Amino acid sequence: MALPAAAQTELTMYYPIAVGGALTEVVDSIVSEFESANPDISVNAVYSGNYDDTRVRALSALNSGEPAQLAVMFSIDAYDLIEQDLILPFDDMVSDAGWLESFYPALMANGKIEGKTWGIPFQRSTIVAYYNKDQFRAAGLDPDAPPTTWDELISMGKALTNDDTYGLMIPSTGYPYWMFQALAIQNGKEVMSNDGLTTFFDDNTVVDTLNFWKSLSAEHGIMPEGTVEWGTLRQAFLEGQTAMMWHSTGNLTAVKNNASFDFGVAELPANVRKGSPTGGGNFYVFKDTSDEERAAALKLIQFMTSPEQAAAWSIATGYMGVSPAAYETDALKSYTADFPPALVARNQLENAVAEFSTFETARVRDGLNNAIQSALTGSKSAEDALGEAQSAANRLLKAYR
Amino acid sequence: MQKNTTPEHRSNAIYGWLLLAPAAVMLSVFAFYPSIATLWSSLFSRGTRRRPSEFIGLENYADLFADPTFWVVVQNNLFYAAVTIPVSIGIALAMALWANANISARSFVRTAYFTPTVLPMIAAANLWLFFYTPGLGVLDKIGSLFGLPSVNWLGQPDTALWAVVIVTIWKEAGFFMIFYLAALQTIPADLKEAADIEGASRWTYTRRIVLPLLMPTTLFIMVNAMINSVKLIDHLFILTKGGPSDASKLILYYIWEMAFAFFDAPHAAALTILVLTVLCIVAAVQFFYLDKRTHYQ
Repeated sequence: MALPAAAQTELTMYYPIAVGGALTEVVDSIVSEFESANPDISVNAVYSGNYDDTRVRALSALNSGEPAQLAVMFSIDAYDLIEQDLILPFDDMVSDAGWLESFYPALMANGKIEGKTWGIPFQRSTIVAYYNKDQFRAAGLDPDAPPTTWDELISMGKALTNDDTYGLMIPSTGYPYWMFQALAIQNGKEVMSNDGLTTFFDDNTVVDTLNFWKSLSAEHGIMPEGTVEWGTLRQAFLEGQTAMMWHSTGNLTAVKNNASFDFGVAELPANVRKGSPTGGGNFYVFKDTSDEERAAALKLIQFMTSPEQAAAWSIATGYMGVSPAAYETDALKSYTADFPPALVARNQLENAVAEFSTFETARVRDGLNNAIQSALTGSKSAEDALGEAQSAANRLLKAYR
Repeated sequence: MQKNTTPEHRSNAIYGWLLLAPAAVMLSVFAFYPSIATLWSSLFSRGTRRRPSEFIGLENYADLFADPTFWVVVQNNLFYAAVTIPVSIGIALAMALWANANISARSFVRTAYFTPTVLPMIAAANLWLFFYTPGLGVLDKIGSLFGLPSVNWLGQPDTALWAVVIVTIWKEAGFFMIFYLAALQTIPADLKEAADIEGASRWTYTRRIVLPLLMPTTLFIMVNAMINSVKLIDHLFILTKGGPSDASKLILYYIWEMAFAFFDAPHAAALTILVLTVLCIVAAVQFFYLDKRTHYQ
């Protein structure tokens, strides 16, 4: 038993899981594989709840002087983390620039700010449409032809709606802005600029988009009135309460393991164009670290995002492989050959946009979430609600322009 | 005023201070110091990469008063307190009087009332989340037996806060009942006998003897219920996250959001100070005004 020559570098990494399932075991096994390959580094991987919890946990650790060298946090927290001077750009740490180029560009969008790269994609998703093929058959629809346009979405939704089942559920708690972004981009308009300084909430197309979302329940009756709960939606789909649901691709493996019916996964339908925002978590490295710790953290990140590990992670969860190379591995090749839905999120990347993120992002986002919920629950008109959100966003962002 | 410098006095003084020391240390570490530190940090602006933190006096407080969300949250919290406090105390009293009477299943009744109290907050909230879920939920299932339409209790601004209120009452009433039960046990039996000899009706006995004797307990419970009404946060994380559109956002959740979601510790500190101030005022009123009108044995 030889002792390691160098002293061990200890890393503490916080990470979230937002979609449920026994994913902590997957992370632990990847980490222990890394440790056996790198005996001079020991990693303490701490599961810390959802994205919000993880940010709170990691920042409290930093504030109270507990060690934390890296964390997986919301890709859209980047502006705030830079503004609080907490994270390091990767460009200053990597000697080999090719590595930063090896990921899907759409997944790098949220982490590229002011000409530098601050986040490395790890558990990344797009929104996909899950649909119940059995119910499609029962309604006399082709189970291999899910809706590709908004018009089809409504007409098929009507055919699928009956006393026990809604045609479609789009969640409007938890992350309403995310679903709204998908609808807005399909309608041909992004809701923010890509420098984190401007939002377009009161744009006519955007108001139109919110009216469309509301019309799904108010006018067409294919979605429940009020808000649809993010946390219980997967269960509702598995119990046949809804024929279609829009949800993160991160739920894919859980749906696959628990569905008692034949289900399909499709890209989101288009109106003016196709599209979905990306979502999920990136790796960040904290500023308050020694050179050894930075090198070790970088090693860990490179290991966890390497094609083989990305493939294993994608198979275990449904999150996408973060680089084209991940889809060239034998493991993911044979998995997707057997189970094509695992490719949907990745295929959608060519139409994907960055997830909603600005300076003061949580507060601006909160205003947008409230506007969406006010309109969906009928307490305000879409125009008024989005107008208020826009003026609140202008007030907040003025300081940064 | 003569100085107390005799050795006896001095040793008494030392003895007294030593007796106070544990409490004084605990309170300083966990109450006084954090409060003062919070007050101090509420007077500074937030430090960012562009602008370092600086002293700005009461500006954070002015921002809060100008923030419409703040007033929504205050309104929500007042409503929440105004409903949960009297209703849970009323129910607790009714349950205690009943569970104290000579009925056959007395211990079963007590246990049943007390069960919600021992459940962890998060577990209780998850339970109710599934009660309230449209379609799947117990409430909808019961409603559909009577042909009622499905209601999205947590997903509508006009019902979301009510839904949270119901969960709180369900959870608190059993806890308060225990205090009332204990107080009822201490009422001497001869009072009841004397009242019977005088020919007082049951209602007169309750109103003139039992309720006044329960006043100290009521006061204690009221203080507790009031503190709980600004302390609720766990249920909101699970049930509504303060939504839809802030309809069920309460003050502690807003403080959490300020501090940890918006990275805005100074405003969170200012909010905290406001809450502490209000709590101090209310507690003072309760102790100095209500206390005078309370009969202690």
